[in-house]
Amino acid sequence: MAVYRYPRPASSDITPRRLFFSRRALLGTAVGGVLAGGLRPGMAQADAPVAESARGWPAAETPTPRDDVTHYNNFYEFGMEKSDPAELSGGFHPRPWQVQVDGMVDHPQTWDLDALGARFGHEDRLYRMRCVEAWSMVIPWQGFELGALLRAAGVKAGARYVAFTSVVRPSEMPGQRGGLFSLSWPYVEGLRLDEAMHPLTLLATGVYGEALPAQNGAPIRLVVPWKYGFKGIKSITRITVTDQQPPTSWNRMAPEEYGFYANVNPDVDHPRWSQSSEQVIGEGSLFRTARRPTRLFNGYAEQVAGLYRGMDLRKDF
Amino acid sequence: MAPAPSGRRRSRFSPLTRQIFLYLFGLLPAVLVLAQGMANMLGPNPVSACLHEFGRWAFRFLLISLAVSPLRRFAKLDFMVYRRPLGLLAFTYAALHVVFYAGVARHFDTHVLWKDFTSRPFLTFGLLTFLILLVLALTSTRRAIMALGRRWAKLHKLVYVAMILASVHYTIAFKTWHVEPFIYAALAAGLLALRLVPKQTKRVA
Repeated sequence: MAVYRYPRPASSDITPRRLFFSRRALLGTAVGGVLAGGLRPGMAQADAPVAESARGWPAAETPTPRDDVTHYNNFYEFGMEKSDPAELSGGFHPRPWQVQVDGMVDHPQTWDLDALGARFGHEDRLYRMRCVEAWSMVIPWQGFELGALLRAAGVKAGARYVAFTSVVRPSEMPGQRGGLFSLSWPYVEGLRLDEAMHPLTLLATGVYGEALPAQNGAPIRLVVPWKYGFKGIKSITRITVTDQQPPTSWNRMAPEEYGFYANVNPDVDHPRWSQSSEQVIGEGSLFRTARRPTRLFNGYAEQVAGLYRGMDLRKDF
Repeated sequence: MAPAPSGRRRSRFSPLTRQIFLYLFGLLPAVLVLAQGMANMLGPNPVSACLHEFGRWAFRFLLISLAVSPLRRFAKLDFMVYRRPLGLLAFTYAALHVVFYAGVARHFDTHVLWKDFTSRPFLTFGLLTFLILLVLALTSTRRAIMALGRRWAKLHKLVYVAMILASVHYTIAFKTWHVEPFIYAALAAGLLALRLVPKQTKRVA
């Protein structure tokens, strides 16, 4: 069987944990200069050892600083502000955790999280992440291919979609209490089977070399790097193989704004904002954001464009 | 010093001095927000944090400036001398809000901005609000007031329109409905509704 090669950086390109934290010390001494220059420490970091460790990668592919990855999150279960998930997720218990795999599979099974890790392992994947709100990050995930889990479950003939369900725990997730104007719970997502089986599609259990923090979707979440971030359902409890296109949370909320496919596409604007460019989180200064053009399929067209051949991406946005 | 007719102690400062003091005091939030931004205390996206904070302060000062005349009419509290600096503060924060959006976030890219303002309703509402505040700020000088005469009062009724447009702008700016914009809009509606209370003509000839 051919081994799939996804476009990956060498492991030496990912900032080692030790270096990452040593930069914090360096930062402390640099604060004066940062203040004077009006620059954010993120910039100072880019001048520090990262430059060396990120050698060979264009500047835009430098991993977003860990603090930004873990403190700028959309996870409405914990609240609607970007800072809410990090601040309000202290009461969430990601362990013990089970994931139910069922539907049109030969071997329905409820997996313990540790069993999943033991069976499918953890590999590093540095992926671009493009939010539907027109900002982006570059995130070093750890996890395994969703396809591996589905192959182990044995997908039955006639199956066409995979449905995902997230956790409902109002007592631990303040955004699920009340939430008059928010989404309805549980958060649900879905992929077409071929999308789910694609080697780029990841079930992530870690970020930056550590178990996922609650705000990033602990303990296990979906990462589909060529789609807008909201497709990456967090804190997954159930994966169901089906022959019906499953409902998806944001599509239910506003069908004219969020499609089922939600492929990153600079030519199809959100009704209320342009998708042609994106703000790069973790770069830029207080007086000038870092922006770059958005790429079709978030730059993964070479790997995934074939999935959508013959489809009208404006209609199936 | 003789007490003022109202019985309140007369200030030792001239009205103009007091207006300038209030204006400078009102700039403090902007200074604080920018200082926090430069000290990296606004999180991973300090630009949008500043942008949103300036927008909220513009709304707050607009609300306060619209509270001045109802306070005089219904509570007999006269802060009329402060209405102009309050209005100018609303304009100043709105201008900072716009500059952060158009310049800092969008790099003054005219093509992008044109598309934004013509195709994104919440931005259209926001831009119209700003244009009204700009006209009101430009005509807030003594000379403009003298030159416009009666038309000045009519022109400055546009602030009611600005208040409504700003409420819509804030309410529809999010992916989902947020509670805070509705609170601001309710305050705005309340202040505008007070204008509809008929003035009593008690005095009989």
